[in-house]
Order: sequence, then C-alpha cells, then structure tokens
Amino acid sequence: MDVMLPYTLKNMSKVIKELIIEQGLVQLNGETFFKGDTNETVTFLKSLYKHIGLKYGKFFKMDSLCKLGFLATEILLDGVEDIKTETDEVALVFANASSSLNTDVNYQNSIAEIPSPAVFVYTLPNIVIGEISIRHKFYGEHMFFIQEKYNKEELLKYTDSLFAETQTKFAVVGWLEMGMNNEYSAQLMLCSK
Amino acid sequence: MGSAVMIIVGANNIISPLGWTSEENYKNVIAGKSGISIQDNTELSDAAFPVALIDNNILATALDANMDIKGYSRLEQLSILSLKEVVSSVDVKSPETGFIFSTTKGNVEYLNSDAGNQGLYLAHTAQNIADYFGFVSTPYVISNACISGVAALVTAKRLISSGIYNNVVILGADILSKFVVSGFQSFQSLSAEPCKPYDANRDGLSLGEAVASVVISKTDGQVKNGAVELVNGAISNDANHISGPSRTGEGLFRAIQQTLKDGGNVDVISSHGTATPYNDDMESHAISRSGFSEVPVSGLKGYFGHTLGAAGVLESIISICGLKENKIIATKGLQQQGVVEPITVATENITAPIRGLLKLMSGFGGCNAAVYFKKHE
Repeated sequence: MDVMLPYTLKNMSKVIKELIIEQGLVQLNGETFFKGDTNETVTFLKSLYKHIGLKYGKFFKMDSLCKLGFLATEILLDGVEDIKTETDEVALVFANASSSLNTDVNYQNSIAEIPSPAVFVYTLPNIVIGEISIRHKFYGEHMFFIQEKYNKEELLKYTDSLFAETQTKFAVVGWLEMGMNNEYSAQLMLCSK
Repeated sequence: MGSAVMIIVGANNIISPLGWTSEENYKNVIAGKSGISIQDNTELSDAAFPVALIDNNILATALDANMDIKGYSRLEQLSILSLKEVVSSVDVKSPETGFIFSTTKGNVEYLNSDAGNQGLYLAHTAQNIADYFGFVSTPYVISNACISGVAALVTAKRLISSGIYNNVVILGADILSKFVVSGFQSFQSLSAEPCKPYDANRDGLSLGEAVASVVISKTDGQVKNGAVELVNGAISNDANHISGPSRTGEGLFRAIQQTLKDGGNVDVISSHGTATPYNDDMESHAISRSGFSEVPVSGLKGYFGHTLGAAGVLESIISICGLKENKIIATKGLQQQGVVEPITVATENITAPIRGLLKLMSGFGGCNAAVYFKKHE
C-alpha cells in the first residue's frame, strides 16, 4: 500500500526557462546572457536596461526592487510566443526576505523633512507585480510571499494550486531580493501547466 | 475543476479599539459604535487626526496576565494574544496545520529606533510568533498591500484544497507608526474627519490598528447547518497604475468573476470602501458590472478605519458574524451616497436571510481580491 504523504507533489509546474541575476551576472538557462562592468546595484541595473534595448520611460521612476523584477521578467519572457498580452493566464508568484526594506529605509529618512508619496508607494513589495502587470497587461493571479531564505518548494506548491484551480497556464515564479544595503538576487523560473 | 473538499471557517478573534474578541467587536459594530476618534499623538502625527488605535492601557492589563510575552514587540504581543484565543482548536504540532501571517509593514517602527533589529524582517516576526505556539510547519508570510488579509484566506483555501494542510491558522496584523501615517498623509489620502465610505462628500480614509485571527479547516462533510464555508476566492491585477485604482474596476471585476465562476448566491457584499474618492467609484464600477447593483453593500471602515494587512481578515470575520445572524451591517459614516455607478449601499442594519457573502479588497500595486463564503444548508 502506498504511504500517504501530507502533500503529494503533482509536478504540475513544468519549468521552461530559468534566469539568475546575481553579482553583476545574468544567466539564462545556465548560459551567460549579460555581464555588467560593475556589481554596484544601481549602475548595474541601468546597464542591463540599456543592454536589452528597451525604451520604457516608467523604468526610471521605479525603485531598485522593481527595476530588478521588471528586467528579470522582461528577459525571461522574451521570445515566448505562447504568452500574449492582455491575459488572465499568466501568474506572478514572487518571494523575498527583505520585503521593501530597501525603499523603506529611504522613506524613513525622508519623514523628518518632506515625506514623498513617490517614494512611499514603493514601500510595499508587491509594487513590482504591479509594474510587471502594467508592462505586459497581465490581469492574472499574483502573490508576494516573504521568506527567511528562498524556499522554492513552497512557491511551487502554491503555483501548482494555481494551475489546478485557476485560469493560470503560465507562471513567473521565484526570488526577487533587494536588501537594505542594495544586495540583490533574482532567481526566476517560467513555468507552464 | 474546483475540488470537492469542503472548507469551513472556525475559531476566530479580533483585537481592535472596539473589543478583544470577535463577539465584542461585532456587538459594538451592530450598536453603531466606532473605534475612530481624534487623537493627538505626536509619535504618529504632528497634528491631531482621526484614527482607530488599540488602547495601550488595555494591552498593559493583558500583559500583566501574560508576563511571558512582555519581551516581544507590540505587534507580536497583540498577535500572540489574538492567536491564543484560536489555536486551541487545532494541533499546532502537526505538519498538516499551516500558519499564514498577513501584514503590510510588520515591525517597521524599528527603522526609527533600532534599524539593526531582525524584527524588521517579516519572516523573522512570523517565526517568532509561530515558535511561541510551537507550530512545526514553516509560516507563509503574505505582504500584498491592502489585499493581504483576503489573499491569506484565498491562499489557505488553496493549500487545503491541494492537500498540503488540513487546518490553516491565519493571522492578520498591522499597527500604526509615523512611517505609515506620514505616508498616507503625503498622498493626501487621510480625511480630516472619520471616513465616510461611498458618501458624496467623502474625502479620504481613516487609518486603524487591528489584529485578527481565524482558523480555516477541511471537513469530513459532517458539517452542521449554519456553519460557514469558504467556497472560493481569486486575485487579479488592474494592470493600470501602481498607486491608483482602475477607473473601470477592471481587476476587481475579474476577481469577482473568477471567484463566482461556479455560481453562488450573493446576498451581501462586504466591500473595501476606504472612502477615498477613487476607490469607492472604482468599486461601484466593478460591483455594477458584475450585475450586483441591487445587492446590499456593507463597508466596515467607518467602525475600524483601514486596518491594512489585518483588514481582510477582520472584515471577513465581522461580515461572517452578520452572515450567521442574517444581519446586513450598516455602512457607518455614509450620509448621502455619491458614487458614479448604481449600487445599493446599506445605510442601516437590516435583518434579512443571507445565504452567501462576497468580500472584496483592493490595494496599491493594482491588486484586487475577492472571496466568497456561504452558509452550509
């Protein structure tokens, strides 16, 4: 007789593509996609933006977490013809450890003088989901989890439940971290049902 | 396919300015009381402003009876006190019991006083609280702006349907700090008076503090009539703007459609109703587009203020109390309805048969969430 585990992995999420951005290096499916001249967060993200050749004015208003998630998703989705714009079928499932603390620190420092609404709006981790949704017209399921460290299995379990119960056919899933001192890491997967 | 698993709402608790149990809060809501009052608290705001704050004197009394939690942060103390009222109904030591913590800003006030404190990290805070009770499963932490509480309910439902957990304990908690208050002030989102949801003269929201807990469980089908089922829920994005809602209620409309894709009687809508001009108009679009112009809309922000990451949990619990008692709760603060699309906002408590309840939330980042509860019959 089979032993019943509390959770039976249904393996519904097929990983199509994987992207890692760390230490000034962008790797797509294990191959180098881009290597920056610097690891310094702001300069590196700007150089990556230039490298992909996109013209998107809103990019320059974003905080660093949004820039990281926006660029990572842009690279991951490039050339995936099955993914259309104006859709409910693409889910965005992200996690990190520092929430929006990178911008929280900036906002906290501004309170004594003139608190800025343009900074305050980025003091929520899910704003990056909004930025990506606006760019691609994604209306679908989305969630921002906070984890002590990257727990991929926890995110894939949740993604499986989206494939099982919702309109979701594709999901961008993974880790988008921007620490208090600009330490960054993106580890994203493009999954399909 | 929706699963055949039946999921019900169990033990729950609310700590707010209106009381320290769900029953006390519900009783005060039905009596028309509000937790919002003008407070002159320079730790939160340079000028006096209307806000719903949890009374620190009552907390101090509670701590005298719970000396072992004096070393925790205020947010954690309130969270532990709330969870103490619900966890006895589950086995926290079972890997089949999950714990979800919903919050927007957690212990953000440490940025002002103790920026190296690990309590700034939400997963650390969640683990601290979980460890107090001895949960063995790793906490899920959800931080999705104002939809966080409803997103936690939707997530609990999905994790149970997937067979990961049999029971999920949800905690929604946010307290106020200068960080949060000054941010909403900078957006000019705060009303100078207690908020007036859906009113023609509404001019902004009121903030509030609350901690709310609820247990969501899988059942074996032996459910007695009158139990409340969590049937379905969905999350959708406006894909329009990061700090303003869609003018047409696009994301919220889609979340409602997905939540009710298998049908369901909606006899009352527990809305978001922040009393900002844009939010309430947006909701009127989504509700009327969904064909619910005649369904009573009940907004609870006039009682509690906007309690951020706690709001979805707190407002669901209060509305479920109403569902059980066949009571549609008045939208406090509304005098003259004034939203762009035709909807029916409840202006007084109404006793009427209620079969199902639709809870709505929307937030920064263009996020929207809906969850549908029904009475088991």
